[in-house]
Amino acid sequence: MSDPDDSLLRLARGLVERADAGEQLEVTIGESRRTTVRVHGGEVESFTSATSHGAGIRVIRDGREGFAHAGSLDPEVLDDTLAEARDNAAFATPDEHVGLVEPDGVVAIEVDHWRDESLAMAEPDKIARAVDLERRVRAGDPRVRSVRTAIWSDGASRVALASTAGLALATRGTSCSLSVSAIAGEGDDTATGAGVDAARAPGDLDDDAVVADAVHRATELLGGRPVASQRLTLVVEPRLAAMLLGIVAGTLTGDAVLKGRSPFADRRGDAIASPVLRLVDDPTDLRSLGADSHDGEGLATRRNVLVDDGVLRGFLYDGTTGRRAGTASTASAVRGSRSLPSPGVQVLVVEPGARSADELLADVELGFAVRSFNGLHSGVNPVSGDFSVGAEGRMIRGGALAEPVREVTVAGSLQRMLLDLREVGADIEWLPSGAGMASLVIDDVSLGGR
Amino acid sequence: MIDEQTLQRTLGAALATGGEWAEVFVEDRRHTGAVLDDGRIEDMSSGRDRGAGIRVVRGETTGFAHTSDLSEQGLRLAAEAAAAAASRGDGGTRAVDLTRQAARPHGVRTLPEEVAKAAKVELLGRADEAARAAGGEITQVMARYGDTRRRILVANTDGLLAEDDQVRTLFSVSCVADGDTGLQTGRESIGRTVGFELFDAYDVEDLARRAARRALTKLGAVPAPSGSMPVVIGKGGGGVLFHEACGHGLEADLVAKDASVFAGRRGELVASPLVTLVDDGTMSEEWGAIAIDDEGRPAQRNVLIEHGVLTDYMWDHLRSRKEGRASSGNGRRQSYQHLPMVRMTNTYIGNGTDAPDDIVAATDRGVFVAQLGGGQVNTATGDFVFGMTEAYLIEDGRITAPIRDGNLIGNGPEVLRDIDMLGDDFEMGGPGTCGKDGQGVPVGDGTPTLRVARLTVGGTAA
Repeated sequence: MSDPDDSLLRLARGLVERADAGEQLEVTIGESRRTTVRVHGGEVESFTSATSHGAGIRVIRDGREGFAHAGSLDPEVLDDTLAEARDNAAFATPDEHVGLVEPDGVVAIEVDHWRDESLAMAEPDKIARAVDLERRVRAGDPRVRSVRTAIWSDGASRVALASTAGLALATRGTSCSLSVSAIAGEGDDTATGAGVDAARAPGDLDDDAVVADAVHRATELLGGRPVASQRLTLVVEPRLAAMLLGIVAGTLTGDAVLKGRSPFADRRGDAIASPVLRLVDDPTDLRSLGADSHDGEGLATRRNVLVDDGVLRGFLYDGTTGRRAGTASTASAVRGSRSLPSPGVQVLVVEPGARSADELLADVELGFAVRSFNGLHSGVNPVSGDFSVGAEGRMIRGGALAEPVREVTVAGSLQRMLLDLREVGADIEWLPSGAGMASLVIDDVSLGGR
Repeated sequence: MIDEQTLQRTLGAALATGGEWAEVFVEDRRHTGAVLDDGRIEDMSSGRDRGAGIRVVRGETTGFAHTSDLSEQGLRLAAEAAAAAASRGDGGTRAVDLTRQAARPHGVRTLPEEVAKAAKVELLGRADEAARAAGGEITQVMARYGDTRRRILVANTDGLLAEDDQVRTLFSVSCVADGDTGLQTGRESIGRTVGFELFDAYDVEDLARRAARRALTKLGAVPAPSGSMPVVIGKGGGGVLFHEACGHGLEADLVAKDASVFAGRRGELVASPLVTLVDDGTMSEEWGAIAIDDEGRPAQRNVLIEHGVLTDYMWDHLRSRKEGRASSGNGRRQSYQHLPMVRMTNTYIGNGTDAPDDIVAATDRGVFVAQLGGGQVNTATGDFVFGMTEAYLIEDGRITAPIRDGNLIGNGPEVLRDIDMLGDDFEMGGPGTCGKDGQGVPVGDGTPTLRVARLTVGGTAA
């Protein structure tokens, strides 16, 4: 949604107007206000309130690109930042594909992420919300021993982008979130669980669900033990499906594909997954918290099909990688003010199947319902596709949840996992991360244990 | 960075609503980065972040505000915001006398800003060439150069005034090799708390060749085994094991929140008697080295576990104040926009007496890990996981075939008890970034070659 206060846009435009002849210039300016309340033991542990600013300047001259950013909008600092970006460009390797994007005629969706009531909330109410969250989690189950921290956070941000290619836009949004992490104990055994929700306005947060989630996740796996190593069916809940499919989608970005760092680089048009998989990156889906009118380079967002009926249909490009691939940007540039844009996943959505999570479970004779993955950042190699991650969850025996399991690993390759996908659930969930995800049932997965 | 009178007035404003303690943290950070990828220099960037974070403590509550406006008015507004956040009452005023601590002359020989960007970029080209020359199967090379200079100043109402100037330089090479087993990767990095003289001591071409060799070796890798078995960790390759398995659990803020398996266990035997674990911020030039922490406290060498006995936790200002003891110099923060908390510096396990070759020879069947990747731990349960980025099978007491990437999982207290052999070849590992509550700080780690009698290897081989 366009920002009625155009002071940031004026600043960005003012800098763009300083472009020399033969120089492409792009400026992003960001401002964010954030309040964070951390509560522990019924007391406010910390209350943080601050505004921060950032500016990122991208300069392209003779096919050479340079970048500089600053955490301040001070005119002197911005002058230095522009000079630095120009200086940096002198050292880049010339590349005919490097350049700003031109407006391409796609009409942007209308999306309004601003809620005045987010800004109107009084500080005592924020504190009360976090105190209440902690109290309810502690009271939620006698086995909940303590709460590590309960956090209320809210913020408002504005971003402006202007470039010599004629793009000029200003967007703004509010957000708030609640998160809590519970520690449960039974005898000598300890387990933890967290609940989190995010929304554009305080009234849209589901406090009850956050409490229930933290209590349930912390207590469900008490008494968990490793099981023997075996191959079985994996049932993945939506939250974790988002992580797995997010890694897959990350291998479908222009950078990874063009630079030979993706297991799917030359597989366009091939069946890379079972026919039940349909995966899109769709920032125009207004059901998502991550819906957005424009990408990080200012192009109108659009729906990009990645996998359809198991067949790899396309990749995600920003301006530079699109040109390099001989096509165009798919409006998939993601960025912060601190970095150059790069192609990335914005709102990953899986096409839901026909059956509920319970129905999926009832069909699994021997399986593992995973409740958390550990070490995804270190255990998945997005280049080779090999993965091996720590996991916790419940065994599935005869179509029903059975004993809790901890300290096991789930291993395989992204390539195999996609082909072994048996079914996608009907239980689509719109997650705080913005992804729209459903449960996955994956056959013949290696569980490593005792 | 800021004169003493301004600091005194700012601290005064911070206490105006009745706070008991206040602190001003000022930071001015510059960084330069360059990336060579796919044969092109394509991300030449620099950044500047400057600002102040102000803490006010009243009772159990810390009020915090930060600003990028370092004028006296900007500081006063932030101080008032922090004071308001800490309390809503009326307090008095208090005059603060600041005592400037003698600034330690830092040992950096060549500041990053004194080096032409061309010289930094030239390193990338040399690394790229050396990696590609290592073998025809190397299809992709990415080399990164980065330097940061971070000047900090800390003043608080105890009268402390301390400054530091932290310079770090980092270089890494990642390679992709393409062969019959598909794509494989290899990575090497060096990072030291020094300036450009880093490259007098380290040859980027040698680093690139090692990264390439790692990727090439894995082209012949077999699937990793799966299940519980002995794991030998090579020197310098496994410090992250201790960082994850017990370091985080020894952070006093987590201990106090009942979120650590090591809570209430000081004086107890928590590890094999072979194990002495140390966190040491004073190790000159190591990636986690600091002169003062981000609360102005001089770095220390802290023995956490001595011959298997838990001797102490790590402390920051807030936790140590509650316990009526001194901070251990472990209060760190990512930037002026973040609250400090208990963080590690350089965490290592000291030498034992076994010969490294004997450790492998004594292992009938298991895994030898030359390089671990990242990891993570649940401090409340002690369950941890970390990735193996270079590992081999051990068969009949000999290192044999390379294995594909996989994870190791285990439990902190168990793994500490299960260390049954410890080498005499201590080495520090590569530079790391430790993440906690969304904040990243530079840390170092190190170990000699050692054996864990039982760890779960998460492979795909039956």
